[in-house]
Amino acid sequence: MQALTNRSKVVSNKQMTFAEKMYLPAILGGISITIRHLFKKKATVSYPEVKREFSQVYRGQHVLKRDDKGAERCTACGLCAVSCPAEAITMTSAERKKGEENLYREEKYASTYEINMLRCIFCGLCEEACPKEAIFLTDRMVPTDFTRNEFVYGKDKLVEKTDDRVDVTKRQTKAVLDFKKIKQLSHNR
Amino acid sequence: MAKVTIDGIEVEVPDGTSILNAARQIGGDVVPPAMCYYSSLKESGGKCRVCLVKVTQGSAKDPRPMPKLVASCRTNVMDGMVVQNITSPEVLEARKGVVEFLLLNHPLDCPICDQAGECDLQNLAYEHGAAKTRYEEDRRTFEKIDIGDKIKLHMTRCILCYRCTFVADQLTDNRVHGVLNRGDHSEISTHIEKAIDNDFSGNMIDVCPVGALTDKTFRFKSRVWFTKPMDAHRDCPKCSGKVVLWMKGEEVLRVSARKDQYNEVKEFICNECRYDHKDVKDWTVEGPRHIERSSVISQNHYEKIDLLKLKKEVERQLEFQKGKPLPEHNHSLNA
Repeated sequence: MQALTNRSKVVSNKQMTFAEKMYLPAILGGISITIRHLFKKKATVSYPEVKREFSQVYRGQHVLKRDDKGAERCTACGLCAVSCPAEAITMTSAERKKGEENLYREEKYASTYEINMLRCIFCGLCEEACPKEAIFLTDRMVPTDFTRNEFVYGKDKLVEKTDDRVDVTKRQTKAVLDFKKIKQLSHNR
Repeated sequence: MAKVTIDGIEVEVPDGTSILNAARQIGGDVVPPAMCYYSSLKESGGKCRVCLVKVTQGSAKDPRPMPKLVASCRTNVMDGMVVQNITSPEVLEARKGVVEFLLLNHPLDCPICDQAGECDLQNLAYEHGAAKTRYEEDRRTFEKIDIGDKIKLHMTRCILCYRCTFVADQLTDNRVHGVLNRGDHSEISTHIEKAIDNDFSGNMIDVCPVGALTDKTFRFKSRVWFTKPMDAHRDCPKCSGKVVLWMKGEEVLRVSARKDQYNEVKEFICNECRYDHKDVKDWTVEGPRHIERSSVISQNHYEKIDLLKLKKEVERQLEFQKGKPLPEHNHSLNA
């Protein structure tokens, strides 16, 4: 039969010599490779203490942004959930009451907002669909946990804290920022 | 009978038919959009100007073209009339301008609006509008008004199509709301927020092409594309009882009348069906409602396809592409 690739080896039934039967050269060869690796630079880092450099557009754990005054930007329009290919996002909406203007930016807000991190494939389509610049993927990683329920992140984990803001300025490229300056686009008014 | 040619397609319609309705007999892309005309409401039309078409030949007897673009919902056909709709760049340009005008004062709060996803203005702007606006002044603002305890009026979103006032005039016995003021101060309102409590008043929600009149019982409950529309009916002494249930799981979030392919209700439903029967047990569910593929509501929406019907429709389209006269439209597909 003709070989499909030139990498195939012809197997022979040749008897091994006595020296070969001792396996000593082969064992020594193996040990030398192991020892050589002991002195090489490690390929891994011990994660929480040491962090690798992240790309500026790394798509990690989501954040629900607040605006400059600290009001939640999300209005529960559902575009993130409908664009989500993994159907990881669910939400319920509620109407803003009088006196809550400093909490929620628009007349409607998300009373619950959940992302199932086990379903999420971190594609970033929710971020792209969001008309209110409310949801962003950040360079934070989703930590491990022991139960499945812990991976359903609610608003307590997703909304950024007023005193601990998440910086997403790097994610907005110059092209995006320039686009937002065009006031003739009704989108930007 | 009158023979008219619309975008090169000839159709024969009874005398007194409007150009818009003649185009609807042909169907497909040549149908002008309509924001204010409503086939089941008398006297509607002529307000929004999005259905403008060009008449290049008035009639067989008098072949002169009409001097300006005409509103196709208000202009009747003549024998031998030649009309251009999508084949005329002038019409498309004018329509773009009309959409820009309609959007001048429209707040573009679609992420909040309950109508988003089934909004005629959204579809119109998407197909015909330009992304840029040249308007620099502030938009007009109004307070939100409760019309009775079931309907919310967002006057900011209104495009003054007058459909709801026609509903009030023609379906209800005691008209209590109408249009106040004139020109760009016009405003749909009730006198001193008087509650509307007659049996068919809820139909103004279905008739509204934008999110100006919305169902308060459905307010912010869910976005339409997360609900599953189901055809259902019940024995109702007041109306036909044929409705669409907008369901989430076993829960009925909203009840609305059935709309045809032009988003028009043919059989209006009563308030009792609309508001008081939000339990599946009250209804005989017929099955999932047919939703156009182009609609966002069809997202994750499954329905049983009648393959025979589909085959007939595909064959019909193929015949049309070959340049043959259009075979009869299969209305059962859009029912």
